[in-house]
Amino acid sequence: MPHDVWITGIGLVSCAGEGRAAHAAMLAAGTPPPVDEASFAPFPIHPGPALELDRQIPKKGDQRQMEPWQRLGTYAAGLAIDDAGARGLVGEMDLIVAAGGGERDIALDDSVLAEVSQLPPEEGAVRLNALLASGLRPTLFLAQLSNLLAGNISIVQGVTGASRTFMGEEAAGADAVRVAAMRLAEGRGSVALVGGAYSAPRWDMLLLYGSGGLLRRGAWAPVFGREDAPGAVTGTLGAFLVLETADSARARGAKGLARIGTVATAQSRRSPADTGREAMAQAFAHLAPRLPAGTLPVISGATGVAAPTALEREFLGGLYRPLAVRAVGSRVGWGVEAAFPASVALAALALSEGRVPAPLGPLEAPFEGPPTDMLVTGFGAWRGEALAHLAAIPAADQPGGTA
Amino acid sequence: MTAPRTDHAGRPVVAVTGIGLVTPLGFGVADNWAALLAGRSGIRRIARFPTDHLRTTIAGTVDLPEEAAGGRVLTSSERVERIAAMAAEEAMAEAGLGGPRGGFPGPLMLGMPPVETEWPVRFALAARAAPAEPRYAALVEASVGFDALWRTASFAGVGERLAERFGTRGAPIAVSTACATGATAIQLGVEAIQRGEADAALAIGADGTVQPEALIRFSLLSALSTRNEAPEKAARPFEKTRDGFVMSEGAACLVLESLDHALARGARVLGILRGCGEKSDSFHRTRSNPDGGAVIRAMRNAIADAGLSPGEISYVNAHGTSTPENDKMETLGMRAVFGNHPDPFGPPISSNKSMIGHTLSAAGAIEAAFSLLTLRDQRLPPTINHDEPDPAIALDVVPNVARDAKVAHVLSNSFGFGGQNVCLVISGDAA
Repeated sequence: MPHDVWITGIGLVSCAGEGRAAHAAMLAAGTPPPVDEASFAPFPIHPGPALELDRQIPKKGDQRQMEPWQRLGTYAAGLAIDDAGARGLVGEMDLIVAAGGGERDIALDDSVLAEVSQLPPEEGAVRLNALLASGLRPTLFLAQLSNLLAGNISIVQGVTGASRTFMGEEAAGADAVRVAAMRLAEGRGSVALVGGAYSAPRWDMLLLYGSGGLLRRGAWAPVFGREDAPGAVTGTLGAFLVLETADSARARGAKGLARIGTVATAQSRRSPADTGREAMAQAFAHLAPRLPAGTLPVISGATGVAAPTALEREFLGGLYRPLAVRAVGSRVGWGVEAAFPASVALAALALSEGRVPAPLGPLEAPFEGPPTDMLVTGFGAWRGEALAHLAAIPAADQPGGTA
Repeated sequence: MTAPRTDHAGRPVVAVTGIGLVTPLGFGVADNWAALLAGRSGIRRIARFPTDHLRTTIAGTVDLPEEAAGGRVLTSSERVERIAAMAAEEAMAEAGLGGPRGGFPGPLMLGMPPVETEWPVRFALAARAAPAEPRYAALVEASVGFDALWRTASFAGVGERLAERFGTRGAPIAVSTACATGATAIQLGVEAIQRGEADAALAIGADGTVQPEALIRFSLLSALSTRNEAPEKAARPFEKTRDGFVMSEGAACLVLESLDHALARGARVLGILRGCGEKSDSFHRTRSNPDGGAVIRAMRNAIADAGLSPGEISYVNAHGTSTPENDKMETLGMRAVFGNHPDPFGPPISSNKSMIGHTLSAAGAIEAAFSLLTLRDQRLPPTINHDEPDPAIALDVVPNVARDAKVAHVLSNSFGFGGQNVCLVISGDAA
C-alpha cells in the first residue's frame, strides 16, 4: 500500500521576495515582476531580494565558505524546514538537491583571458598554470562544486539522511521531486527535503545558456508573448519543498499544503522522429485518471524558448478541456534547476490558499473559486518534460480534522 | 536450488549481468582485472599538459586512442562521455541487453563530475571575440552558435547523448555526490528496479577531470599526494607515509537487472547488488566528524539493507584514498562496525586506489565492478605500496600481493567531500 505524500513546507526566494506571504501576495496580484534590463544587457534578469543571511545561516564562517548560489539554496532550504515546522526531523531527513555549478571567479577569468590569449599556445599553457596556481582561492572550489549545496544544507541545517545531487538543468529539478516523492510513497523514510537554487546575476551562466540559444534579448515580456525574441529570462530562485508522508505529518500535528500525486518525467530528443508529444502523452496517461472534470488549473513551467513553449501549447491544447494556465516564468523568471520545485511549491501554496493565481495577461483564463487539483508542467528549455499532479487536502484529512 | 527472486524486504532481487571498465590500467574488464591482481600501478607523470608551477605533477590518466595518435586533447566533459560510452558498450555486450541501436529496458543513472566551460573553449571564444577585449560580455556574444560550448558544458548534455546512443528509457539522471558518485548512481538504479519502475537500469560512474585547473583546485585543498618523483609509489592507502590521494580517471558501467528479468531471458548472473546504505555528515565540508558517526551509519545501513549482519561480510573494498584523514576515519569505521567479527582484525580490506588512484566520480562504480570480479574469482586484489604499516591502523589490508579467499559478501565503501557517504553490499548469489 503506497503512502500518501504531502507537501508540509515550502521555502521560496525569488524576485517576489522570500517566504509564503510574499509569494501568496505575488500570486494574488497578477502584476509583472521586477526586472533588471541593464546590468546584463542585452539579457534581462529578475534579481532576487537582499537576504538577511544570519537568519538561516547563522555562522559567518559558513557564509564565507559559500558564494551567492549556495547561500541562496541553503537559505531557501532553511525556510522550507521552518515552514514545515520540521527542525526536529532533520537528523533523518533525506535530501535531494537539483544543482547547477557554482560561481566562477569572473575577475580572475577575465584577467587570465586577457593575458594568456595573447600568448602562443605552449607559452600560454605554462602561464595559465602560474596564474591559476596563484589566483584561485581554495574556498572557491568548494563554492563551485555542485554537490556542496547539499553539503552546506547538511552542515548548516543539519539535514543528514540520504544526500543526493542531481545535475541536468530543469530535468534535474523534476526528477529530484519525482524520486523524493516515490521513495516516500514506497516507505523509504518519512520526510524529505528537495529543491534547488539559481542565482541570476551571473555572466558565467549567461555564457552557457546564451551559447545554447536559450536566452531572450531585449525587453521583458510574459513567456507566452515572446514571439519577437523567444527565450528565457533568468530569475534568481531558491525553491525547496518538505515532502512528508501523511502519516508522519498527522502524527506530529503538521498541516499539509497539498497532496503530491503522480510526478512523471520524460526526455524526448525533440527531433522530427521524437517530438516529445508521445512522451508527454504517456506521462499524462499516468495522471489523467485522477484529475476531476471542469476547468483545470495549470501551473506552467514554460520558459519562453520557442520549441518547448510551442510543444507545451500543443500538449495543453491536446487535452481538449478548459484550462486556466498560469506561467511561473512570467512571474519569477527561469530558475533552471529550481524551476520545477518552484512550480510545485507555488501550486501547493495556491491550493493551500484556496485560490488560483490571478491571471497575468490575456492568455491566462480566469478561474473562480477554490481549486481542488492542479497540473504542474515543466518543459525544459533544451531537454526534459515533466508533469506533476497536486491536490488540495480536505480539511477532514488534516491533523485535527474529523475524517 | 532455485534462487529467491525477492529479498528479505520483499523487493525484487537486483542482479548484475554486465560489467564494463576503463581505468589508467587499461580498457576493458580483462586487462584491468589482470593488472589489478598483479599489483600494477597506473599512476604516471602527467604528459597531457605542461606541469610547470604545479605542486602535483602525477596522475592516473585515460588517454584515448585519438589523442595518442596526436589528435586534440579532449576536454573533461568530452572524455567523460567517451569513456562512459566505452564502459557501457562493454557491459551491454556482456549482458546481451540493449546496444548501440537502442532498446534498453530501463533508465540511465549516470554518475559524473560537474562539467563547465573549460579553458580551451574560453580561449577559442576569446579568439572569436577579437578584437574585442576577451571579457565575459564579449564572450557571450561570441558564443552564439558555438555549439561546442553548450554540448560540453550543459549538465544534461552527456546523459542526453548517452541515453540516445544506448536507447535507455525515460529521462537520464546525472548525479553527483563527490567521491561517492559512482555508488550513488548504482543505488539509484537498484532503487528503480526494487520499486518496480523498470526491469533494468544502466548505472555508470565516469570521470576524466585531469586538467590543470582541477588539479590546482585539489592541490589548494591540500588533498593531493606530492610524491612526484615516484608516481607508482604515490598512492599508499593505509600506509604510514601516505600523503594524499592521486587524481585519476576512469569509468565503469554495470547492467543492473531484476533477477527475474535476467533469468527469464537466460542471462548469466555475475553477482547480486544486495544492499545500499547512505548517511550524510554535517560536520565539515572536507572532513568527517571525528566520531565517525556518518561513516559507521552508512556501512551499517548497507549491511542492514542487505539483510545481513556484519559478521557475514567477507571482504571490504575500501574507499581507501591514501589521505591521512580518510584512511584514519575508515579504520575507525571498520573497528566500530566489525568489532565482533569472527576475525579479530575484521574482514580483509583493500584499496583499488593504491593502483588506479582516485577516480573521483567514477570510483564507486569502478570499485563495485572490481568487487564483482573479486566474488567471481574468489581472489582479493592487494593494497600495494604497503611498505611501512601505520601502527594506528590495525587492519588486514591485503598488503602488496593478491590472495585467494572465500568471498560471499563484499562491502564497498565510498565517502565523499561534502559529507556524502554511500556503501554497497554485493554478493555472489541471491541466497
